[in-house]
Amino acid sequence: MALEDTLPEIEVREGVDRETIETVQAMAGKYKHGWETEIEMEFAPKGLNEEIVRLISAKNGEPEWMTEWRLAAYRRWLEMTEPRWAMLNYPEIDYQDLYYYAKPKSMEVKPKSLDEVDPKLLATYEKLGIPLKEQALLAGVEGADAPQRVAVDAVFDSVSVGTTFKAELAKAGVIFCSISEAIREYPELVKKYLGTVVPQSDNYFATLNSAVFSDGSFVYIPEGVRCPMELSTYFRINAENTGQFERTLIVAEKGSYVSYLEGCTAPKRDTNQLHAAVVEIVVLEDAEVKYSTVQNWFPGDEEGKGGIYNFVTKRADCRGDRAKVMWTQVETGSAITWKYPSCILRGNESQGEFYSIAIANNAQQADTGTKMIHLGKNTRSRIVSKGISAGRAQNTYRGQVTMHPRATDSRNYTQCDSLLIGDQCGAHTVPYIEVKNNSSRVEHEATTSKVDDDQLFYCRSRGMDEEEAVALVVNGFCKEVLQALPMEFAMEAQALVAISLEGSVG
Amino acid sequence: MTLPQAKLDQLSARIAGLHFPSTGWQGKARGAALERLSAMGLPVRRDEYWRYTDPAKLVAPQPQAEVWGGEVAFDEIDALKVVFVDGMFDAEASDDLTMSGVEISRLAEAVTDLHWAAEIYGELETKGQYPAQRPFAALGSAFATDGLLIRVTGKADRPVAVIYRSSSNTSDVNLHHCVKVEEGAEITLLESGDAAARLLTVMEVDVAKGARFHHVRAQGRSHQRIVNTHVFARIAEEATFKSFTASINGVMTRNEAVLDIVGDDAVAHVAGASVGDGSDFHNDDTVFITHAAERCESRQVYKKVLKNGATGVFQGKILVKPGAQKTDGYQISQSLLLDGDSQFLAKPELEIYADDVKCSHGSTSGAIDETALFYLRSRGVPERRAQSLLVLAFLAEALAEIEEEALAEDLRLRLENWLDRHEG
Repeated sequence: MALEDTLPEIEVREGVDRETIETVQAMAGKYKHGWETEIEMEFAPKGLNEEIVRLISAKNGEPEWMTEWRLAAYRRWLEMTEPRWAMLNYPEIDYQDLYYYAKPKSMEVKPKSLDEVDPKLLATYEKLGIPLKEQALLAGVEGADAPQRVAVDAVFDSVSVGTTFKAELAKAGVIFCSISEAIREYPELVKKYLGTVVPQSDNYFATLNSAVFSDGSFVYIPEGVRCPMELSTYFRINAENTGQFERTLIVAEKGSYVSYLEGCTAPKRDTNQLHAAVVEIVVLEDAEVKYSTVQNWFPGDEEGKGGIYNFVTKRADCRGDRAKVMWTQVETGSAITWKYPSCILRGNESQGEFYSIAIANNAQQADTGTKMIHLGKNTRSRIVSKGISAGRAQNTYRGQVTMHPRATDSRNYTQCDSLLIGDQCGAHTVPYIEVKNNSSRVEHEATTSKVDDDQLFYCRSRGMDEEEAVALVVNGFCKEVLQALPMEFAMEAQALVAISLEGSVG
Repeated sequence: MTLPQAKLDQLSARIAGLHFPSTGWQGKARGAALERLSAMGLPVRRDEYWRYTDPAKLVAPQPQAEVWGGEVAFDEIDALKVVFVDGMFDAEASDDLTMSGVEISRLAEAVTDLHWAAEIYGELETKGQYPAQRPFAALGSAFATDGLLIRVTGKADRPVAVIYRSSSNTSDVNLHHCVKVEEGAEITLLESGDAAARLLTVMEVDVAKGARFHHVRAQGRSHQRIVNTHVFARIAEEATFKSFTASINGVMTRNEAVLDIVGDDAVAHVAGASVGDGSDFHNDDTVFITHAAERCESRQVYKKVLKNGATGVFQGKILVKPGAQKTDGYQISQSLLLDGDSQFLAKPELEIYADDVKCSHGSTSGAIDETALFYLRSRGVPERRAQSLLVLAFLAEALAEIEEEALAEDLRLRLENWLDRHEG
């Protein structure tokens, strides 16, 4: 097809030359991680029923209580209806037309160490810049003054292929393994915390996840331990028509600290793929958890064909006094994003923070935000959300701040800024603010603007091209959130922001 | 629920006394409204725009509120007065309805085949039913017993003041007004009075090119009253629409404003100040402004003072349609909670489909500023007085939205009196 045919009708602004737009558009949709690993897979039959739930449970070698837990969720799910309140427009999902379990054949016999893992899988992660060798560093931070090590749990379709630095973490008492392993090895811990933050019946997608989650990560930081390195999970959807349902459970005991990173990518495909994850975080007295996500699932092509449907439930429960949780997310991928990482501030003086950059380009749709539920006295929360819309994308911030009557002397500050690039996209803000006591202070501010012409002109007049200038302005717009990311992610995120906006200038 | 027989008899008698035109332009408009209503059904708590206000409270079977016989807001203002008592037009208490540049007629008398109001009545309300449904407004169009049809052709030399009075503590009133402000014309419309035990009103306002419509209302003062009002406006190019509501007391007040800016360079401002005392006080402002034209400006300024377990609700939306470039939209909603039991529930929304716009909103909630209070006290201002001063200062930003100084002053005094009565 000739390039001209693919160009959407967009207005060319003064001072922008048509050629720039065309060059940039020609590059658009260049999703870096769109390749596929050719590897023999083992699938469970298509569709969802009790047999499939039992099969997933059996494949993971789970005890009876876990199987029952899944079945209870499945039965509950059958009675629920899919929520449609978000500002998202997508065709009906056929839940019977999906594979709920896909595992590389080579993982049939669980490898004892990373050396035994199929080289094809290792190569996949290497190509993604995710080192599964313990001495390696995350791509992009070489030459940093103090090389930082990151322990990685790599999840490929339905299974975890390996976790690095386990032995070293074990020395500190930290448990970091796949959730399936945790269910087998640490059933008491899992039983105690699983489903206590996001109950089985929480919402449609979380309930589905409870029934069919195949793997994910489990983190346990014992009392008083500062986790010696960053922990990271890297999710890769590879197989076609396969839903990915991972479940992450993080427990931070009294006075502990952990920083956790999450990344995700998927191959380019014409069909949509479903991803419904659940992340539960339990933060006890004086503990602190930082959870950072760079979500880069395949967003679909410029025409909106293909891409991941991303329905995620993430919640942290600050159960102890002075517990602290910080969510940072950079959402650049997925055709559909439905995601509201939340904080329940139960402990007195507990703190929740949410920093988000959500970028929607081409035909992407994002409805994302957070909930800050203040229950304890003197609790603090802060929300900084930066939404960027380009192309024909729709980007919605949806958030809730609730100050319960008992949450006296609490404080919330919310800032939501939206940036529009082009006249075909939309940026929306839907906050819910519920203040039920008067000693608390809640402030909400939101602005919507376009890329500042003066700033652009200034950059251009210094010899910068349009694309660079926009990236510069956008990075400035996102700065507060980028700064909240751990260094390993900040660079990747910054580059990703530029890539995601390629082709949006005009 | 079973109602006492006496109550049912009273209802039958009242309904038998009502006459709704079934022919002519009104018959058609009312029939269409009833169809809309039937298709929508009454709202329920699960509906998105009713999550903070229970619609069941608006349909209470036996609304009852004491009659307030005293003076009402804007008494001192030189205006053409139109008085409704329990929803019935009171010719004796009203002024002569003629004024230069303004034609005023009554809905109940406009039973002709053709009328200018036919292109407004129920029409603006219908447009305002999307994307959020407002079934009570459709009910208002279908079953209004009376109302005013005001056509403004020139610059009205004084305001029209609509006064709602009640003589019965069970009055249940349903009125529907249409206002058409022709090109370049100007009018100020005032509304005041203790109204009714339950008041349902719909006002549809069509503001033509370059015309100006000012609306200031005071919702008084019996505490038990239930009020549900709707203002639907269509604002043409270079036109100005300004509406201000002071709402004092009331167990249930839901004021909806749906403004459609359809012409370039138009201005639409809505503002409100409300004060409430007691856990049964509930005040809800729900505003929906659509920008469908270029270079328009809209402002929403709402302030609520709440004490002793009172509830304030604000739901406001700025919708900027594709192509509505250079829109300047501003929205602020703030509450002052004078004690720990009161609550403020807000949903300030932006929905924007054009890129060259400047839109912002802010919402805050909190207690009175202790530092400011301490400062005033240290200067010798008694605590209660200091608190009143700070509350009035808080409300001042909303009152500043009223253009006419005398009207603003009248409302400011009313709010101050309320604060004096509800001290401590």
